[in-house]
Amino acid sequence: MPDDRVNSFMTGPDEQGRFGIFGGRFVSETLMPLILELERQYEIAKTDDTFWAEMDDLWTHYVGRPSPLYHASRLTEHLGGAKIYMKRDELNHTGAHKINNVLGQIILARRMGKTRIIAETGAGQHGVATATVCAKFGLKCIVYMGAHDVERQAPNVFRMRLLGAEVVPVTSGRGTLKDAMNDALRDWVTNVRDTFYCIGTVAGPHPYPAMVRDFQSIIGKEVRWQLAEQEGEGRLPDTVVAAIGGGSNAMGLFFPFLDDPSVKIIGVEAGGKGVDDRMEHCASLTGGRPGVLHGNRTYLLQDDDGQILEGFSISAGLDYPGIGPEHAWLHDTGRAEYVSITDAEALEAFQLSCALEGIIPALEPSHALAHVMKIAPTLPKEHIIVMNMCGRGDKDIFTVAKHLGFDMKI
Amino acid sequence: MTRIDQTFARLRAEGRKAFVSYIMAGDPDTATSLAVMKGLPGAGVDIIELGMPFTDPMADGPTIQLAGQRALDAGQTLEKTLAMAAEFRKGDDRTPLVMMGYYNPIYSRGVDRFLTDAKAAGIDGLIVVDLPPEEDDELCIPAQKAGLNFIRLATPTTDDARLPKVLQNTSGFVYYVSITGITGAAAPEAADVAPEVARIKAATDLPVIVGFGITTPEAAEAIAGIADGCVVGSAIVKDIGEGRPVAEVLARVAALAEGAHRG
Repeated sequence: MPDDRVNSFMTGPDEQGRFGIFGGRFVSETLMPLILELERQYEIAKTDDTFWAEMDDLWTHYVGRPSPLYHASRLTEHLGGAKIYMKRDELNHTGAHKINNVLGQIILARRMGKTRIIAETGAGQHGVATATVCAKFGLKCIVYMGAHDVERQAPNVFRMRLLGAEVVPVTSGRGTLKDAMNDALRDWVTNVRDTFYCIGTVAGPHPYPAMVRDFQSIIGKEVRWQLAEQEGEGRLPDTVVAAIGGGSNAMGLFFPFLDDPSVKIIGVEAGGKGVDDRMEHCASLTGGRPGVLHGNRTYLLQDDDGQILEGFSISAGLDYPGIGPEHAWLHDTGRAEYVSITDAEALEAFQLSCALEGIIPALEPSHALAHVMKIAPTLPKEHIIVMNMCGRGDKDIFTVAKHLGFDMKI
Repeated sequence: MTRIDQTFARLRAEGRKAFVSYIMAGDPDTATSLAVMKGLPGAGVDIIELGMPFTDPMADGPTIQLAGQRALDAGQTLEKTLAMAAEFRKGDDRTPLVMMGYYNPIYSRGVDRFLTDAKAAGIDGLIVVDLPPEEDDELCIPAQKAGLNFIRLATPTTDDARLPKVLQNTSGFVYYVSITGITGAAAPEAADVAPEVARIKAATDLPVIVGFGITTPEAAEAIAGIADGCVVGSAIVKDIGEGRPVAEVLARVAALAEGAHRG
């Protein structure tokens, strides 16, 4: 890693919580003191060995880290170009990368003496991870979920309830993930004394984007040593690829490589039915512009009047009209490249992973895989691509069956 | 001196408390909300807060959220809200107008352009919920330079250590949010609010106005009695949302104003 910190991409955010013009703390006064206190407590925890010792212990024995770095040999052969590795974060407890971050936040909440945990969830993966860790520590857990998603994701709603969480269907606004986040913020404003808001992605007011990134960075850190182990000392990936809704799994994979200029970084947004004027997509960077929502400035899907639009994607986990502010900054500085993949392309990748590797991926990483399918054939055999298999597809089989015209009724 | 400063000077001279009322611009449509707006001064309103609808009003309860949705569904835009203000100004050059809402529609229009337009429309002050003092460079400082008051919210979580920071770039008045919670939530007890108001008044010469949760003339009287005035929003917006005629809405406002003025 370069010693030249001035030209480093890894020093952000600044004291105002900004990555360039992005990020910040755009919250109501009621929440401001809470966010400052959270920042103070996180700064203490982050340099405290006992905090990380507790994390490491749970990551190993509860989550099952490190997750494998897997050479997808048949996929590599099929695509006939670059060598493809999958970072298997879908093998984590609860089946996705979400728990990496939840553990960190809940341990912090316990240190802060908070007894009531709230969270927002879209597809339900972050909600399930939060309910899981709350059950483990005996904490009260309330999950806000758009009423529409509650209907679509019944199995995850039941999982959360089994785990002892209260799932609150959100009917305000249009009843989607962004509305769930609004209601979680309303809860927090109302219950300021005992409540900790466990945000599921690298968005929200400072310090959330940095804190969630730090917890998810375990993904990229593991990739560094695992690839060296398999490919030889010092060997770095040539390209890293990850799907982006809010962008936490991607930030976790990207961050440890930001200062390695030889590593090409590609984020894949959900292109829905195609990124065009119909706005039936969730590609904030390719189809949005900078704005302020949920405590931070970032690229947002919005109309000419600054009203926020609904995202659209086959994947409920990517269905958010914004993106983490650090991604917005990496986009504008050109350090990372952001592309989009349509629903149809993601579905094709989903099936290819099942057929060739025996891995049923979630629809989110299917987007990343679809982009790998596009670029791998154009690259030489010695080029190494690492894609983040950030979640398993059990939750998505009903959606996929519907799109493939398969009758699930037995 | 803005119209806000002049209004408080006049009220102080008369020994009266201020009654501030909130309506959502464009709810249920531009014409109706303009009719309500024009009737507010006659109903005893000293300062009008004109809500700017936003899709994601994170600090508001269901009543204000739904009002914003109705307005947006009816096609309300920031442009139309500014035009409403300008239209109101043609017939009333005295009542202060404060635009209240969230930052993104303003940011989307462009801060400089918005400030020029707001000033031209006869706006006197701004309350932007998601701009705490930590983000003063965004709009607060430019607004003050443009001659608009930037009115800040102080809350029960604003402790003594933080209070000077909140007051530093505030002008016009301080809006004390009497509860931790969202608009339209449970009413505060005047006795509980009084020491908080005293705490803020000890730190500033600005008038302190209390809002959130006030729905009756009695509550308005009690709260105004321990501050420089009070704000009523959700109770009025609820009447509008139920489709009550303008005259009936204004009668409710008049009763609340009388309560506040008794305080």
